Amino acid sequence: MNLPDILLESWPWYFSGILLGILVPLMLWLGSNFGVSGNLDSICGILGADRFSDHFKFDLKDRVPNLIFVLGAVFGGFIAANFLTADGYSVAISSATVDVLSSFGITDVEGLQPEQIFNWSFLGTTQGLILLVAGGFLIGFGSRWAGGCTSGHSISGMSSLQLPSLVATIGFFIGGLIATHLLMPLIFGL
Amino acid sequence: MKNVRILLAGIIFGIIMVKSEAVSWFRIQEMFRFQSFHMYGIICTAVVVGAILLQVVKRSRLKNLDGNVISVPLRDKLYKSALLGGIIFGIGWAFTGACPGPLFVNLGAGYSVMIVPILAAVLGAFVYGLLKKRLPH
Repeated sequence: MNLPDILLESWPWYFSGILLGILVPLMLWLGSNFGVSGNLDSICGILGADRFSDHFKFDLKDRVPNLIFVLGAVFGGFIAANFLTADGYSVAISSATVDVLSSFGITDVEGLQPEQIFNWSFLGTTQGLILLVAGGFLIGFGSRWAGGCTSGHSISGMSSLQLPSLVATIGFFIGGLIATHLLMPLIFGL
Repeated sequence: MKNVRILLAGIIFGIIMVKSEAVSWFRIQEMFRFQSFHMYGIICTAVVVGAILLQVVKRSRLKNLDGNVISVPLRDKLYKSALLGGIIFGIGWAFTGACPGPLFVNLGAGYSVMIVPILAAVLGAFVYGLLKKRLPH
């Protein structure tokens, strides 16, 4: 099967940006809204967290559409990685980033993700615990405290011109810059 | 039928996230080092296109498939939590190279270890729920 090149190559930023922008009103038209991190609360609710905090007392029925959206995202990732990716594909990151990563010992910059980090044996290292376990925890804690993540605040919230979403997005970047420039050099120096 | 449509929207979202490389740990490191315009281009284009389309939707009083006039959900006007929670979130975003959407997309893309940061994120959301009343908002 020969797919058109545009499907197999990485998409230009403006093309991806337009599609993501369309997704915001599309989700409202479908009777839902564009936001992912609320699902973390929903999963807590399903697991019985309502016994521990009123924060998780909600009607799970209202949460089903967004959970289905995330399930779709998993399928979408599977389809894109298996059927819409050319052989030998790599992310074309800048040479400046390649240099920094190699100073961290991340020398394998082939593919979509760093194989040195996105694998189970990396979890057994101090770096792996910090990046994947602590990192995941901070994503959950921070996005729920902020009331949303990149989809809900930075894209949905900012495109509807809401000030709290701008403040949250500024926070995302403050945290990201602290982590990238101050914490990660320390972590990779361990 | 509604759920099938939303599932399809999720599939499209997952495909866009992989093909745009917004799920890539490499791209997030590059973004926070200001070494490429790529991620900024995606986010800014999405916000501008979303803003224009939402204005059109609002002015035309378009109804959604449930038959209700579409209204944009309003965020709580809580600025302390937006900033402080945002900073915490941003650290996790840089560490994992993923925000909540990409955590799930990467799991589907074959990176099974992503189940660990997903479970850690669920735990983080749970701990927030426990501490909510003691945190500034």
